[in-house]
Amino acid sequence: MTLLDDFFWRAIIAGVGVAIVAGPLGCFVVWRRMSYFGDTMAHSALLGVALGLFFQVNLLIGVFAVALAVALLLFLFQRQKQLPNDAVLGTLSHATLAMGVLTISLMAWVRVDIMGYLFGDILAVGLHDIYWIYGGGIIILLTLFRLWRPLLAITFDDELAKAEGVPVIGVQLAFMFMIAAVIALSIKIIGILLVTSLLIIPVSAARRFSKSPEQMAIGGALIGIASVGLGLWASLRIDTPSGPSIVIAAVLFFFAANLFPLRKFQH
Amino acid sequence: MLTSVETTDDNVDFDSKNEILIQTQNLFLRTGERELLSDISLKVSKAEIVTLIGPNGAGKSTLLRVLLGIIPSSSGSIYRKPKLRIGYLPQRTVVDPVLPLSVSRIMNLTGNYSKKQIETSLEETGISALKDKPVFQLSGGEFQRVMLARALLKNPELLVLDEPVQGVDYMGESELFKLIENLRKSHDCGVLMVSHDLHVVMASTDRVLCLNQHICCEGQPEVVTQHPEYLRLFGLDAGSALAIYSHHHDHKHHISGRLT
Repeated sequence: MTLLDDFFWRAIIAGVGVAIVAGPLGCFVVWRRMSYFGDTMAHSALLGVALGLFFQVNLLIGVFAVALAVALLLFLFQRQKQLPNDAVLGTLSHATLAMGVLTISLMAWVRVDIMGYLFGDILAVGLHDIYWIYGGGIIILLTLFRLWRPLLAITFDDELAKAEGVPVIGVQLAFMFMIAAVIALSIKIIGILLVTSLLIIPVSAARRFSKSPEQMAIGGALIGIASVGLGLWASLRIDTPSGPSIVIAAVLFFFAANLFPLRKFQH
Repeated sequence: MLTSVETTDDNVDFDSKNEILIQTQNLFLRTGERELLSDISLKVSKAEIVTLIGPNGAGKSTLLRVLLGIIPSSSGSIYRKPKLRIGYLPQRTVVDPVLPLSVSRIMNLTGNYSKKQIETSLEETGISALKDKPVFQLSGGEFQRVMLARALLKNPELLVLDEPVQGVDYMGESELFKLIENLRKSHDCGVLMVSHDLHVVMASTDRVLCLNQHICCEGQPEVVTQHPEYLRLFGLDAGSALAIYSHHHDHKHHISGRLT
């Protein structure tokens, strides 16, 4: 396990695991126009960290639980249709982030590197994080594999899916579980403020080359892996925070992908 | 009374040819104070085309959703023929270009149909050539034909079509209605559809239900277009097909009812 002892390789392995899950899951975030939904869930993660510290439970579990609670809250708000969606998202996003910072600053007895949580810190990735990422990642991917077709059907037209027997609400809830989980798993690598970018940017880059949903998912995963590699390498070489470096790498791939002439890849 | 077919209590007399596919009795749907559907009693029998017309917000799509079981009714009863196979074409979906779905993928989103079945279905609606095309590149008419082909895969006994000609140009409209009429014959299925387009629909429908939360009037097209309730909802000039044609793109005009 000497390989894993080295912090850089731990970060690479963890990041690759996250990217593999983020590709297929991120497709649905993009297709279902849920980027800000994911972002709002992610911003609640600091509150999850704070509560995890307070109750002395695994921080991953704290983040997962709070993100899920926010997702359910959003889900209920969206069904009410009284306030516009973006207002609800903005409110909850900032409220939870502020609550997270406040809670942590009130807990004078713990020293927390808030910057590390906000933007990612590869030095913080331990072996147990890798176990969590790959264990959790496999569960997420298996679930996503099983729900792939119903999710596609709902994305295409949720009422049609419902009329044809798809358990729409159940599938939607499972999807939120998966997003909450992937957020919890990726925070150490990429940070709370940037975590949804790994869900969105690689698949958006892959869209240009994709003729089927599956191609876009796999393409997104591959571009995600490349972004993690390039970003972490840059992070190591020029000593930049890991999260922003990965995001910039992903954005470079996004622009590179969009430099190709449009017609070539479409019918 | 212009109600040409009794809608309640006489289902005992129907032989198999007039087999009832779906029937409602005193159906209500309320949300809070508002009554979205009020005392709806209707039925659709085998091989019959029934068209729902009515102004925007009259509850046409809502009624279809209740009939399909997508939303529950507040009170009243719905009878469906046991194991009724329904093919549903929802109100036009917007397909985001970011979702790379081909036509043949759309066909198999919730079912497991063979290539052969899918090809047959696409042939029936005259769009075999579009099999591999990305859905977001389809024209309005092509898309509706894809959705219709999709609905046919179930070998439906009842087709429920929510504004089947939405987004279809005028020439395509009458062709699409003709296709629906032909499908009714070839599949021997009932058709329940919602339409804004009174003039074309009138030609290919057996019965018209005019809906405005409640059923204002119903019967054969010629009869309904002379009904005072119909004229109140759609304007006096709606009685003449030519006038409707000239207002084809202006639904608001029909809705206002200001001509009464």
